[in-house]
Amino acid sequence: MEFDWLFFLEVTLAGLGSGALLALTALAFVLIYKATKVVNLAIGEMLMVGAYLFFSFAAGFGLPVWLAIPLALIGGGLLGAIVERTIIRPMLGESAISVFMVTIGLGSVLVGLVEIIWGAAPTQLPEFMGTTPLFIGDAYVSRKIAIGFAVASIVIAAFVLAFRFWRGGVALRATATDQGAAYSCGIDVPKVFSAAWIVAGVAAAGAGILVGAVGGISPTMGVFGLSALVVVIVGGLDSIAGALVGGLVVGLVEAWSGTFIGGEYKLLATFGLLILILMVRPYGLFGTVEIERL
Amino acid sequence: MPKARGFDGEENEDEDRVGLPQVAAMTSIGDAALSVSGLTLNFGGLRALSDVGFDVAEGSITAIIGPNGAGKTSLFNCISGFYRPQAGAIRFEGRDISRLHPPERARLGLARTFQNIALFRGMTVLDNIKLGRHVHMRTNLLDGLIYWGRAQREEVEVRAEIEERVIDFLEINHIRNQPVASLAYGLRKRVELARALAMRPKILMLDEPVAGMNREETEDMARFILDVKEEWGVTILMVEHDMGLVMDISDHVVVLNFGQVIARGAPAEVTANEQVIRAYLGAGDIGQLKARIAGVEAA
Repeated sequence: MEFDWLFFLEVTLAGLGSGALLALTALAFVLIYKATKVVNLAIGEMLMVGAYLFFSFAAGFGLPVWLAIPLALIGGGLLGAIVERTIIRPMLGESAISVFMVTIGLGSVLVGLVEIIWGAAPTQLPEFMGTTPLFIGDAYVSRKIAIGFAVASIVIAAFVLAFRFWRGGVALRATATDQGAAYSCGIDVPKVFSAAWIVAGVAAAGAGILVGAVGGISPTMGVFGLSALVVVIVGGLDSIAGALVGGLVVGLVEAWSGTFIGGEYKLLATFGLLILILMVRPYGLFGTVEIERL
Repeated sequence: MPKARGFDGEENEDEDRVGLPQVAAMTSIGDAALSVSGLTLNFGGLRALSDVGFDVAEGSITAIIGPNGAGKTSLFNCISGFYRPQAGAIRFEGRDISRLHPPERARLGLARTFQNIALFRGMTVLDNIKLGRHVHMRTNLLDGLIYWGRAQREEVEVRAEIEERVIDFLEINHIRNQPVASLAYGLRKRVELARALAMRPKILMLDEPVAGMNREETEDMARFILDVKEEWGVTILMVEHDMGLVMDISDHVVVLNFGQVIARGAPAEVTANEQVIRAYLGAGDIGQLKARIAGVEAA
């Protein structure tokens, strides 16, 4: 039997597409971890809330998409700001495990709120990307996945540039390395904390809209965050490059194993990869070696 | 944000409370650049500082000395704004800065170094030093992204100033592009000093600038500190255990013990002070020593 290279290419492209979304979610996670050393397990739920906000604005209020998207992003940022100020800031100086547990609780609260407001049934986001398929050469790519990939790539590139060249990015890197020194150098550390949560909230909401557009929305779509968690552990908790590479790797592994071995082996392959990487590189592919593990 | 860091057990003994009145008059060089009064700091039930007060004359080198756990670093953390004292005032050039956040104090001209070197690992020496200028930069996101006009001008200015003044002055030109993690201990201390100088401070606070250094490194550092004071006109406040250095270069010495000022004055006056000798060397009287030990155990 001959190997179907075209089909393999199509699966690979789809894997890269969902990998880019994973990378975007992982980026939001890394941003928070880098700045505040908080392991935020509620990132998947923040993503879900972003998707539901978009659903509300676009379907509920019937706003045009170009307005609904920014509103949902602002809502995601606002959620990040509120969470940081009311839940995370008071936990400052508490043990990492306590804060970690608080974010797990936060995830459940967000799921509950969404079920109260929008109900537990899965729905579809209104169509806004069109359905005409794209072809790269002979390979078929779903339009949504292609758009998701493009948007995620642009956003990630913007992040990387901002980190390197913008003073705020430098402030964040400085805060990540030594909070005391950063504080004494005139960097407003609490402001950096808030900014990290806000930007992460926006990124998560954006990822939520894209993920929801591809696969529909439901209160349980936060499990996507679990895959993103695998990504950051593979890539290194505090590495942006790691989030990027890890996202694409996990996306590809999920797509290949899901297609060629069978859907039920998808998680097996992903978590097998996780265990393998942890055994070889306990700090992830690009993580700082000194980082604390939970 | 830093939480209350390691603080060795200490207790207040009545015999250490007396003695402020017999303190010698301070050497006067100029007006007070920094004035601390009635500073009291508690960590829960533990009193770290009680009613601490002293002036730092403009253009002077003032040293804070005292046994381990006397509250020297806590005092530094209060002055730079990391700790919020329960009572007392900190005046910087006559203005009360007790309510200001550390970044605001840094902007006014208060720079510091840390006891256990706090550099940004993973960045080069030059990047570390440039971060000291962060506090005075005015460009915003858009300027920074576009990288021309204001941002570029600012970058060029900063580079010139840092290169000509700070890096040459501290003789660290040869390591400027190395990552700080690869440097020897003494050089790291020097880079930390460079970063503080890049902040264009009016008052430079040095927390144990020569701790762990060998003779030669200590002498270099002493020379740099004196030059900063004389050539740059920066007022210096330092915590230091090296008595040789303190006696050689400081104009004024404040002695802390158990969170209280037990003496202050010129170096020679302070070393002659009976309480200071007792705090450092312990009492010669066996009975008193026993009482002290009993007091420690009870505490």
